[in-house]
Parts: sequence; structure tokens; C-alpha cells
Amino acid sequence: MTEPLHVFKERIVAATASATPLQIRGGGTKDWYGQELRGEVLDTRPYSGIVDYEPTELVITARCGTPLSEIDAALAANNQVLAFEPPRFGGTSTVGGMVAAGLSGPGRQFSGSVRDFVLGADLMDAQGQILHFGGQVMKNVAGYDVSRLLTGSLGTLGLILQVSLKVLPQPFASSTRVFEVDEANAIRLLNEWGGQPLPVSASAWVNGVLTIRLSGAQAAVDAAQKKLGGTELTNGDDFWRDLREQSHSFFADTAAPLWRISLPSMAQPLPLAGTQLIEWGGAQRWYRGDASAESIRAAAVAAGGHASLYRGGDKRVGVFHPLAPAVAKIHRNLKASFDPSGIFNPGRMYSEF
Amino acid sequence: MNAPVAPLFSPARQREVVAALKAVVPPHCVLFDEEDTRPYECDGLAAYRQLPMVVVLPENEGQVVAILKACHDLKVQIVPRGAGTGLSGGAMPIADGVVVSTAKFNKIVSMDKYSRTAVVQPGVRNLAISEAAAPYGLYYAPDPSSQIACSIGGNVAENSGGVHCLKYGLTVHNVLRVRVVTIEGDVVELGNAGLDAPGLDLLAVFIGSEGMLGIVTEVTVKLVPKPQQARVIMASFDDVVKGGNAVANVIAAGIIPAGLEMMDKTSSRMVEPFVKAGYDIDAEAILLCESDGTNEEVEEEIGRMSEVLNASGATAIAVSQSEAERLRFWSGRKNAFPAAGRISPDYYCMDGTIPRKRLAEVLLGIAKMEGKYGLRCANVFHAGDGNLHPLILFDANLADEFHRAELFGAEILELCVEVGGTITGEHGVGIEKINSMCVQFSPEEREAFFKVKRAFDPAFLLNPDKAIPSLHRCAEYGKMHVQRGQIKFPDLPRF
Repeated sequence: MTEPLHVFKERIVAATASATPLQIRGGGTKDWYGQELRGEVLDTRPYSGIVDYEPTELVITARCGTPLSEIDAALAANNQVLAFEPPRFGGTSTVGGMVAAGLSGPGRQFSGSVRDFVLGADLMDAQGQILHFGGQVMKNVAGYDVSRLLTGSLGTLGLILQVSLKVLPQPFASSTRVFEVDEANAIRLLNEWGGQPLPVSASAWVNGVLTIRLSGAQAAVDAAQKKLGGTELTNGDDFWRDLREQSHSFFADTAAPLWRISLPSMAQPLPLAGTQLIEWGGAQRWYRGDASAESIRAAAVAAGGHASLYRGGDKRVGVFHPLAPAVAKIHRNLKASFDPSGIFNPGRMYSEF
Repeated sequence: MNAPVAPLFSPARQREVVAALKAVVPPHCVLFDEEDTRPYECDGLAAYRQLPMVVVLPENEGQVVAILKACHDLKVQIVPRGAGTGLSGGAMPIADGVVVSTAKFNKIVSMDKYSRTAVVQPGVRNLAISEAAAPYGLYYAPDPSSQIACSIGGNVAENSGGVHCLKYGLTVHNVLRVRVVTIEGDVVELGNAGLDAPGLDLLAVFIGSEGMLGIVTEVTVKLVPKPQQARVIMASFDDVVKGGNAVANVIAAGIIPAGLEMMDKTSSRMVEPFVKAGYDIDAEAILLCESDGTNEEVEEEIGRMSEVLNASGATAIAVSQSEAERLRFWSGRKNAFPAAGRISPDYYCMDGTIPRKRLAEVLLGIAKMEGKYGLRCANVFHAGDGNLHPLILFDANLADEFHRAELFGAEILELCVEVGGTITGEHGVGIEKINSMCVQFSPEEREAFFKVKRAFDPAFLLNPDKAIPSLHRCAEYGKMHVQRGQIKFPDLPRF
């Protein structure tokens, strides 16, 4: 065991023995995300570095504290990318934090989410034992898929030490197109296009403008451009980066809380007073406004989805959508068996565990 | 081979369980006479058989809830069963247990062209979903080779793949939501009609859990647009290492083929007389490399892939010029299993996954084992994702051949683990590979799996003794192993 692992183990074993909460933290770029922060900080950054990267195997394996910027650079040198385009939220975010938070960016619409790209994970459990799940191969059904269960778990089940991620080649060509269209028609168009073999790799609607990105073979992008029309946005890459990092002007006004509403892609515009930005072909809607948590959640449920209080606002309403009782029971069981003393980020996801 | 054994339950216990089930489902849904339960004694892994005490075929979700509650109260173990096409014995019954078949859940509940989703019952066949979606220009992407017969519920249990996984993903990437009954009779929804659900990703851990966490009553799947066109390149290589390198070169060129398959010479010689696909039977390796998408995209990609394959030393290259020719090129690969059955009385299909760069080493290792065990082995390889299917040819009527085939298979899996791979890529652990799990996972890791199981099934009644071996079983296996004097478990360097 290397030095950082010894330190992690000592702290975790002691924390379990004394039932003292630990706050697992990488670059701290997402401290604002989730419910309350509790416990002494366990900094993952000493355990850092790319362990293995084989461009032709389409897999990268890195320790939890590895800065995402290091991953980005290694992949870029081989013309590859994290296709789910995770938000970086500043320069210090880490691989462990990315997987624990489970947040995906504009590429999620076409390529899939963080968990879709997680192939394996190593976990340090509440006893300080190192457990390996999944692996470095695309297809693996030996044992339950615990590495994907850990993705988006906000560190509540243990310390993610290392992950293996599937990577993809950078598309040969891409082009960003804009269309002036109202919200309802934007939703209609996105769903119609989604049903056709078109290389739409990302989308966003805000303020009467629908922006889409076409990615793939040059010939496919050219043909789709011809078919769909619209006008070209020349600084397309900047637009998608701003969207991913939430530095787009929609996110600038922080007076009202920001909600993330996840819906079936074809759900009609939500009747909520405030402003909205639509992503992921209609499946992710950002809402900024002063509607009550109850009315936002009721609107999300009526449309077949759920709502989380993403940033700002009063967290006492519950950051994440309440769980159905039988689903909450399974959550409690998992937490109790993986973390019997309740030391790993307690209350970060739901206050009850 | 497990010979059928005498019943391990008392007639009184059987009467008790049958009575409890008949109280909650119509009598015709409960089978307990041997002639009725016999068809359920095995799944696609026919070498492992066990007659169940009772089989029940519920007709609606309310009945599933009542059945599970009744079994929970009586502490009777349950084996869920879909179409019974699984290759790892995941649906092999328990002697004093109940098989719950989802065969009557065979309706497509709804299909929406606009949102590109279908809500289906678990007994619906994989291919039936794509057939129903075809008029909308859509299909369900995962295509296990049993897709004509296997059910979506079984696909969820096994996290089934197919030949297009590298580009289109596995079941876990194409299922949005499952509705599940737990052993305690709770109905839970995991996932969502949208792209994610609040809380932990229980959907991801449920998919591939081999019927050990709950019984599925409804599945929402994602449908994707049918590509305008697909074309496949058939390339020959005079050396498997060159074939393997060609695969790496295609990926390095930034291409993700829709399908990327490799067959060794034993396989192509096995299938060619059977299907006449036009394979070069003198080649050491045949590579099938498919592109799909818009017409423009396919043309561009086929050109690029041909260049890479030629530069990688292909001795011959043919590009399908029509849909009929594309299907003919594929027919050899798709018929590899039946062809094995044609040239050999029996065959045993393995399912390891390896990092692709270790392919040559693994094939060499398998060739050595052929000598060691005195059995032939044909290798087909999902080269894009590293999933290797060695087909061990044997004759169950010859003394000791099945036993040798089993040992051969177990040693192949150990080799897969040793090179950094896994014992099963898509067929599941079931009962077949349960001992090999002792090789791949430590006691602490297996205990973590049991923690997941207990969170869903505290009483351990759902398909127990499958997929995750107990400490006791691994200890027994360890002893056997040393006695046979085979290679020891490699103590894997973990960090």
C-alpha cells in the first residue's frame, strides 16, 4: 500500500471506530452541490495520477485525486475525449469527484452519462479494505455492477480510489447550427430529429434560440447541415463549453435558485414562472425562478420526471427529489451495510443517510 | 454433468407450497407434476439440470406480488425465469424451490415514436421489440445472438450484449427504467422515463444481477433510429497477431465500427462448409468490420477502414456491395455456434473478456490447453470489445470428455483474469462460472456483493447460490484446485 492509501485507511478505520463523519473532497469545485457538508475533510488529491492509458483499448485508468485537466491533456494528445463532457467547474476538479458527483455535460444527449462510461472502480470501504469492481474491459458481467452504483453516489458508500473509464475518439468534424424557434417547437424538433439517423450530438434551447451541434464524419455533418438548415454559429466550441461550465449568460443571474429538472424528452414546456434552458434533446431542463419547491416537484412529477435544487435556494426543502418509500428502504439498507457507522459524507445526498 | 436427482423435498412441503400459490393465482398457473415441470429443468446450459418442486406462471403484477409474499412467508427459494435461453445456468431450478416464469408477460404495453421509447413486459422477445419499432424507423440496439428467442426480462437479468456493443452499448445503456417486485412484495421503479432518477443508481446495479434482486414486471427501453445503411468489410490475415493489430489500428484511426468481429482458422473452417459465407479458409484470422450510419458517413468510413486494414497487412479485403452480401458475410459468424454443433456432438462456449492487446497471448495459451486436455477449441472474438468466445468441442458420450471440457473452460477463464480481463463478458456467472468467481474476486469483494443482495433480498430467497459464491464454496474450490495440481490463483497485483 502506498503512503496516501495508508493515511486514508488509518483515518477511515478510526472514523468507523468512533462514528466520526468524513467529508470526502477532491478539488472542492462542487462543494455547493448536494445537501449539507459534514465531517472532517478527507482530501483525495494526494492519491493522484494516471495509472494506465491505452488509446487503442479506449480505456483510461486514473486515481481519484487526478486532476481532470491531466486526463484532458492525455486524451487530447491522442485525439480522444470523455464523450459525456463532464463539467470542470474550474481547474481543480478531480476524477474521483467527477465520478462521485455523476454530472454529465452536453454530450450526454447522444453519447451517454458518466455511469455509462465507468468500466471499473476501486473502493476503500468502511473497514479500510480495498475492493475492486468491474475492470478495464467494455463487457463485464461478473458480479453486480457496483462501479456504476458508485457513480453519482456522492461518496456516501465509500471512498472511490481509482476508476477506469471508456474514452472515445474526437469526432472528425463538428458544426454548430442555430434556429430561431419557440420552446414548444424546439422540443418538437429535437424529438423529431432524434428519431432520424442524424448526427446531433448536443442541443440547447434558451431565449427563443435552438442551438444544436452536429458531430461525426465530415460527409455526415455536411449532409445533416444541408438537410436541417439553420445558420452556423462560428464560435460553437465556446458556446458548448460555456453551457457545460454554466458560464453561459443564462446561469449568470444568481438571484433566484437554479433547479435541474429531468424529464422525458418530449415533455411539454413546464408551466413555471421564471426562465428555462433546455438541454439533452429535451430531457434536461434548467429552471431559474421563485416557484415553490412543491410546485416545481409537482410539475416535474406530472411530466414524468424529477427535480433537484441544483444551486442556491434553501436546501431545507431537500436538494434531491424525495424517494418512493420502497426505494428509500433499499437506499437505507445499502448505506447501513456499506457504511455501518455512517462516516462517508453522511447527509450529502439525503439527510436521513 | 449433473444427473437429475431424486426430489429433495417432502410431498407435504410440495402440497403446502402448491396450496399457498393456488390461493393467489388460478390453478392452471401452477405446475408441479413431473411431466409439467420437466421442461423447466434447465436453461440454455443443458448440461446442468435440476427438476424444480413447483413452477408458477403469473399473469399479472398483482399475482407476482402475492407469489413472492407467499414464498417469503414459507421461506421457499425462488428462481426467476425468462425465455430460458441463458448460457450460464442462471435459471437452473432449485430442487425444493419455485420457478417463477415471466412467459405470460408477453405484451408490448406502449411504443412512442416521438420519445423513442417502448414500455414492454419482461417476457417480450428482444427481436419482437425491434420488429414492432421497424415501421417507425427505430429499433432496440442490443442484439444478443439469441435475440429471436430471448426475452427482454432475461436481457435485463444478464445485461446482455451482442455484436454491436462497442458503438451501441449493452442492455445497461439501453434500458431507462424497470418496474420490479421485491421478495418482500414491494413494487419499485428503478430509473425513469427520462434519462436519470433521483438517488443511487439502483437501475445500474439491478441490470445484470441475474434474477437475485427482484422480479421485473415492466421495462422501458430506449429505441434508436435505424441507420440508413450498413456495409461490412471482410478482411483476411495470415497471422492472428496481425489481425489483432489491425483492430487496434482501426480504433487508433479514430473509428468506432458498428461491429468488429474476428474468427480464427478453426472457426472459419468450421463454418464455411456449413454456410458458404465466402471465408478465406487458409487465413489465420478473418476480420469483419462494419460501418453503419447515413449513406455519406458509411462511404467515408468504409474508405478509411479499408485503408487501415490494408496498411495493417490484410491479405485480402472484400466490401459488401449489397445487403444480401452483407448478411452473407455475417452469416458465418452468426452461425458459429450451430456450426460447432454440426462438426462436434457437443460444444462448451466460454465467455471471457480480455484487454485486446493480450489476444495473441491468450490464443496461444488456449492452443496449449488443447494439447493438455486433448480437445479442440474454435475461437470467435468480439474484437471491438475484447469479448472472446472459445468453443470447446467435445463428446459427452465419451468418458471424461465433459469433465475435461469443464476443466479446460475454467483454465481459459483463469487466463482471462490473469491478463487483466474477466470471466464473463455477457453470458453471466449463473451456476456455471460460480467457482471462477473465487478466482476473480477476493472474499471481501464477494462480501460487498452480498451486501448489495441483502439490501434487496435480506432473506436470501431470490436465486440464491448463483452468481456470487459463498466463502465455503470458494474454500472447497480452492482445495480441489490444488489437488488437481493446476496453476494456482495468481495473486493479482492490485496496486
